[in-house]
Amino acid sequence: MSNHSGGGDSPVDISKDAPAAETATTTSTEHPPGAAERAGPGGRQGDFGIDTTARTTGQALRDYVVRLRSGELGSLPALLGLLALFILFTALDRAGVFPSLLNLANLLQQGAGRTIIAMGLVFVLLTGEIDLAAGTASGLAASLMALHLVSGGNMLGAMGTIVFVLFVVVMLAAAALAAYLRMWWAVALSVLAALLLVVGFPQNAWLEMLLAVCVGVVIGVLTGFLVAKVGMPSFVVTLALFITWQGVILQLIGDGGTLGLRDPVINAVANGNLSTLGSWLLFVVGAGGYAAVLLNRQRTRLAKGLVAQPTGLVLLKIGAVVVLGAVATYLLTRNRSAGITEIAGVPYVVPVVLVLLVAGTYVLDRTRFGRHVYAVGGNREAARRAGIDVVRIRASVFVISSAFAAIGAIVYSSKVGSVSPAAGGGNTLLFAVGAAVIGGTSLFGGRGRISNAVIGGAVLATVENGLGLLKQPAAVVFVITGLVLLVAAGVDVLSRRRSASAGR
Amino acid sequence: MSEPILQLRAVSKSFGAVRVLHDVDFTVRAGEVTALVGDNGAGKSTLVKCVAGIHPIDGGEILFNGEPVTIHAPADASALGIEVVYQDLALADNLDIVQNMFLGRERGKPWLLDESDMEQAARRTLASLSVRTVTSVRMPVASLSGGQRQTVAIAKAVLWDSKVVLLDEPTAALGVAQTRQVLDLVRRLAEQGLGVVLISHNMADVFEVADRIATLYLGRMVAEVPTKDVTHGQVVELITAGRSGELGLARPEAAGAGR
Repeated sequence: MSNHSGGGDSPVDISKDAPAAETATTTSTEHPPGAAERAGPGGRQGDFGIDTTARTTGQALRDYVVRLRSGELGSLPALLGLLALFILFTALDRAGVFPSLLNLANLLQQGAGRTIIAMGLVFVLLTGEIDLAAGTASGLAASLMALHLVSGGNMLGAMGTIVFVLFVVVMLAAAALAAYLRMWWAVALSVLAALLLVVGFPQNAWLEMLLAVCVGVVIGVLTGFLVAKVGMPSFVVTLALFITWQGVILQLIGDGGTLGLRDPVINAVANGNLSTLGSWLLFVVGAGGYAAVLLNRQRTRLAKGLVAQPTGLVLLKIGAVVVLGAVATYLLTRNRSAGITEIAGVPYVVPVVLVLLVAGTYVLDRTRFGRHVYAVGGNREAARRAGIDVVRIRASVFVISSAFAAIGAIVYSSKVGSVSPAAGGGNTLLFAVGAAVIGGTSLFGGRGRISNAVIGGAVLATVENGLGLLKQPAAVVFVITGLVLLVAAGVDVLSRRRSASAGR
Repeated sequence: MSEPILQLRAVSKSFGAVRVLHDVDFTVRAGEVTALVGDNGAGKSTLVKCVAGIHPIDGGEILFNGEPVTIHAPADASALGIEVVYQDLALADNLDIVQNMFLGRERGKPWLLDESDMEQAARRTLASLSVRTVTSVRMPVASLSGGQRQTVAIAKAVLWDSKVVLLDEPTAALGVAQTRQVLDLVRRLAEQGLGVVLISHNMADVFEVADRIATLYLGRMVAEVPTKDVTHGQVVELITAGRSGELGLARPEAAGAGR
């Protein structure tokens, strides 16, 4: 194995050694010194001191190019692909519908449900597993929500006694299993699911959406228990559950039936928009929060002499987000309707996706749980030896995945306005996996981010929407979508091979 | 002679029908390097994993500082101050050096890790091991060479206030200079009062740093002797045949009379 990293990408000024070493030695912490610190002779702080000094923007860019060349592509191919698709469809669509504001806002709303499912799947994919049942699980959550709405809260009557009792028993069993695996949040939400079912509250959109999410958690606990504790391969477990949930949905809705979602709140989830004031508030909170977090981190890292990005690059990032956010908010707050009724404001799905994105990224990057998810995906045996409760981590990711799937189900059902027995079936799951992979999440585990799912979801939504506007038949849409996924997976494999041959 | 810090008494371990360890006695003394040698399949790695809490023991007892202890999980071992550097290093390729070193024992709150504290501690430890050629503690382990990974794995074990460090073949994958550094480090750790267990096939390394040599032969502890009392040849005989002169397993004819 060649020592690529040692010689290749170390454009660091050695003269910066001395001040950095000082920082390292003079910083005191409350922790007792480790064995090596006591064993090590003093005054040899230099070797690791070099990375304390922030790099210049130029060096950072050069490092980035080196990383790209050695195969760490991340989301770059997907972002470039998205850009290319936008240019392509804008050029091809003579009618000018594709680049219209109405269509772009519509595109956001169309893609959001699937994107949210994909965001949850990223957690599962990170541990090197797959959740094939996320699609029909989302459908099941949606059908319970719709059933409650349609039946006016009389779940017992709508389901029939046997099915109702079975549902409650399964929910309580899931709560017990979650307690056995020490997933306390899942216990609470599973019990809540059973309570919501048994108590029989009157029709209320918010409680119905909560019920959907709780049902997602119940499903996730069952999947997680079978995969993580029993030790069945996730592919088989979730394939079986995929078929099972499809049957349950059919039982609840009835063959050929459809449950209409006639509720202003549920309808607004995917079809409503923020007011102009709300849109700008979202921009201020979103962009301002982003800037505050990045600047604060930069300040602390520089002050403590830690590895930091160049300040110029950070400012560039913040600037890009602020400008793009402002432009998008401005455009979306203008009237985009072609008809008489005014349509303006940022769609509700944007803050929904943003909140999930920020929360998911925070969990993965900044919490102990997230660190352990990556560790389990990177080297399960090492994680086990490090004392990580691997069973709990592996079960938890399925709970998160199913809960996200339920939220996705609320969004896509709201967009369609009804729940049919086909909800979440068919391609829903495969498209969600595709979105995560196109965005750069690896199916081999350990590599990926929540933002990958958002970018990948945008690519898939753009392909579908654009080809639809070009009046292409479904056949072409499927073929093109498949090819896009194939290219994305190919890029993943090739970049891995590249990074393997680069001495890694 | 210093106090035994870790003692194994008549420890047995079976995997199904295969008995891997037969009533093994083993002593680690603070401030000494104890080499654990034996041929492939003699049970060295199993012994280490029993001490580390990866495999629960079937019989016998483990004493730490003279007190009987039960080690059921890796967390039990680390709570006692027992750290293991595995042969396969047990590093997660997708995490960076700092994340690997603190894996399972992250500092800060569970919902907000203290990255700066961890990064500084990791850098101090690595600097004290005089690690060269690594440009940043924020590099993913996937991009390190074999020797660099070994160093990170050792640094991970000694980052904690450890009492006993077990090193499973630490020099097998290293070049000359890095082997030198690791052996120096092993000595330094012992001089600081840690109990160090070194598993190695390399007799030169063993004779250079070890105070005592313990030999496993087909799952049995055949000899535990001070290094100065044995020769290179005797140790090789103990490893390959289980006995050497008066040392090791009793001869078959003597076994009938002796036991």
